[in-house]
Amino acid sequence: MRLSYPTNIKIIRVPCTGKVDILHILRAFEKGADGVYAVGCMEGDCHFTSGNFRARKRIEQAKVLLDTVGVGGERVEMFNLASSEGPLFAKFATEFVDKIKDLGPNPIKLKKKAA
Amino acid sequence: MIVADKKPIEEIIEELGAHEKILILGCNECVTVCEAGGKKEVGILASALRMYFLNQERDVKIDEETLQRQCDHEYLEEIRDKVDQYDAIVSIACGVGVQFTAEKYFSTPVYPGVNTCFMGATEERGLWTERCQGCGQCILARTGGICPVSRCAKRVLNGPCGGSSDGKCEINKEVICAWQLIVERLKALDRFDDYEELSPLKDWSTDRAGGPRKVVREDVQP
Repeated sequence: MRLSYPTNIKIIRVPCTGKVDILHILRAFEKGADGVYAVGCMEGDCHFTSGNFRARKRIEQAKVLLDTVGVGGERVEMFNLASSEGPLFAKFATEFVDKIKDLGPNPIKLKKKAA
Repeated sequence: MIVADKKPIEEIIEELGAHEKILILGCNECVTVCEAGGKKEVGILASALRMYFLNQERDVKIDEETLQRQCDHEYLEEIRDKVDQYDAIVSIACGVGVQFTAEKYFSTPVYPGVNTCFMGATEERGLWTERCQGCGQCILARTGGICPVSRCAKRVLNGPCGGSSDGKCEINKEVICAWQLIVERLKALDRFDDYEELSPLKDWSTDRAGGPRKVVREDVQP
C-alpha cells in the first residue's frame, strides 16, 4: 500500500484500547503532547468484548478533565477502524494532525518552556 | 464500606486558593474500592491540578501519596517527616480520614477532595447503594437481614407505610420499599409469623440523636 501519514505521531502499542487509562492520557499531556488519540477496533468487534467501549468512555472523561484544566478536551479523540483499513488509519492520522495544528501547541508545554 | 464520590475539580481548585506546595493524599481502603480516593484517583487529581496551575502560570508543587488507611495513627504517621514540606493537604479519603489527618497535622490545612456519602455495597462497578446508617442497635436479626433504618425513607419499624405501592416507595418509583423486601425475605425464610410481632421502641440514643458516638472496648485496650 505504501501509504504515508504524518511523521510527528508517536505510536504506542497496547494489546487493546481497553488498556488505555485516563492516567496515560493525562501524563502524555503533562509531558507535552499536543494531542492524543486512541485507535480501536470497530464497535462490536472487540476481541475482548468491550475494550473499545471502555476506551471511548475514558476518552470522554479525559475530554471533560482537560477542558476543566484549560488544556482543551478537543485535543483527545477516539477513532474506530478495522485492522485491514490501512488507508483509513492514514486518513485519521492526517485529519487529527491537521486539527491539532489548527489548535496550536499544548498550552502546558508553552508555559513549561517559559518558566 | 464507606462510599464516597469525587468532588468537582473546580471545587478543589477553589478550596486550594493560593497554596503553593500541596500533597494529594489518598487512602487504600474503602475509597479505593469505590474508585473515588485511591492511588489511581490521586494520580488523576494530581496530574489535572499540575496542568491547571501550569496553565495559570503558577508555580505550584503537587506531590502524591497514598496511605494504607487515613483513619489509623500508624499509617498517618508515615507522612510526619515530609508534611512540613507542604502548605496544604488534599485528602481524598472519606470524611474520617480528612478529619483524622487534620487532627494529627494541626497546623497544616487539610481539604476534602471527595464527598463522603454513606456506608454501602458495590452492586456492580459504578453503582453503590446504601445499606447501613450505623444506628448502633442492629435489628437485622428481626427484619430478615434487610435494614428498614437505612433502606426505608421513613425508617419505620413495623411494616410498610401507606406510601408503598407495587413494592416501590412513594419518594421515588426506583426505590424499592424496604418492607416489601423484608416481607418477601421473611416468607422465603419461612418466618412470616415474625412479621406479626411488634417491634419494641427503638433506642435512638445510640443513633445520631445521642450526639457524637464512641465505642470503648476495654478488653482490647492496651
